[in-house]
Amino acid sequence: MVLHLFTLFITAVLTQNIALTYLLGMCPFISLSRSLKTATGMGFAVIFVVTLTSAINWPIYNLLLVPNGAEIIYFIVFIIVIAATVQLVEMLMERFFPILQAAFGIFLPLITVNCTVLAVSLFMVIREYGFIETIVFAFGSAVGWMMAIVIVAGINEKLKLIGEIPKGMKGPGIIMTTAGIIALAFMGFAGMVRI
Amino acid sequence: MAESRKSKKAFETFINGVWKDHPVFSMLLGICSALALSNKVENAIAMGAGVTFVLLATAILISGLRKIIPNRIRMIVFMITIASFVIIVDRFLKAYFPDIAASIGAYVGLIITNCIIMGRAEAFYVQNNTGLSIIDALANGFAYTYTLVSIAAIREILGFGTLLGMNVIPPWWPFEKAPWVVMTMAPGAFFLLSLFIWISRSISKMESE
Repeated sequence: MVLHLFTLFITAVLTQNIALTYLLGMCPFISLSRSLKTATGMGFAVIFVVTLTSAINWPIYNLLLVPNGAEIIYFIVFIIVIAATVQLVEMLMERFFPILQAAFGIFLPLITVNCTVLAVSLFMVIREYGFIETIVFAFGSAVGWMMAIVIVAGINEKLKLIGEIPKGMKGPGIIMTTAGIIALAFMGFAGMVRI
Repeated sequence: MAESRKSKKAFETFINGVWKDHPVFSMLLGICSALALSNKVENAIAMGAGVTFVLLATAILISGLRKIIPNRIRMIVFMITIASFVIIVDRFLKAYFPDIAASIGAYVGLIITNCIIMGRAEAFYVQNNTGLSIIDALANGFAYTYTLVSIAAIREILGFGTLLGMNVIPPWWPFEKAPWVVMTMAPGAFFLLSLFIWISRSISKMESE
């Protein structure tokens, strides 16, 4: 059991990285990986929200929707849960942890439209994970996403030192190329674990 | 006079959507699905059609209800609208195209968070009448679809040696079908899309100069 969970975690972080293999969460990935600091902030916010929302969505789907035969509306339910959770976390943080709020408060509203969050909940349904598996998978995926964005952001900060980038390539173009090279590197992990 | 101004505005809306404010290249919206579903042309067409349908339905509903929707909760209204139409797309694909539905998998559900729809709803449909919104939706849907299909065509030919499932590599080709595996996977998507962005941005820079 423990080994299985560990494999699941490693798979989610490395071999099937949600950003570099499934290409999810790309909008914030492209726009926020210009600086290392914002990338890290967004990464932590994603880890927190993804783990929390999938832990809430699992019981809602399996204990509420499935017994009542209402799986068909799970898209709507999931997206509302995510939006509500993000709002709630934001309010709680503002009230009780103002320092934390200052650190990654600005990223929270953006997270609702980060497809990583919804994707993890959808994968959980498609792959029929149990509750603990879901949490491990969600945490692993979010850690993998953060790792990818931090690596790409770090490289992009250093890119300025290299020299002139072609005009049309500046910004999103070069970020995507960097991400492509990192994705190529991550393919090297492919044979590491078997599921 | 008023008629010609009206049609001019409609034309401008269309051009903006298809080229000037291209959703993928210049606004950088909907990148996830543009990358993930451009590995095969049939997936790209299915996704493009799905997104266009949701865009159109959202445009009609939101622009029709724009005077009733309270400003404060408009985001959640958009989301529920979009999610409802995505359910229709999901059911339709599962019923009529089970193979495509299986290979697209979770990405159909992710149309909900495809920022093109949310972005257009927020930027355009709440402010404009239904006619213009429909034109905008069609333009954006078309732009998204042709982007996906053109990337997918390159990736499918290079990666699988096929186009829409048909073998297109000629028999005299020296290499065995030449499957360029990287093209079918994530890195190929990144490289090709960045190439496309490079080309389109260079052209639009030249235009503006």
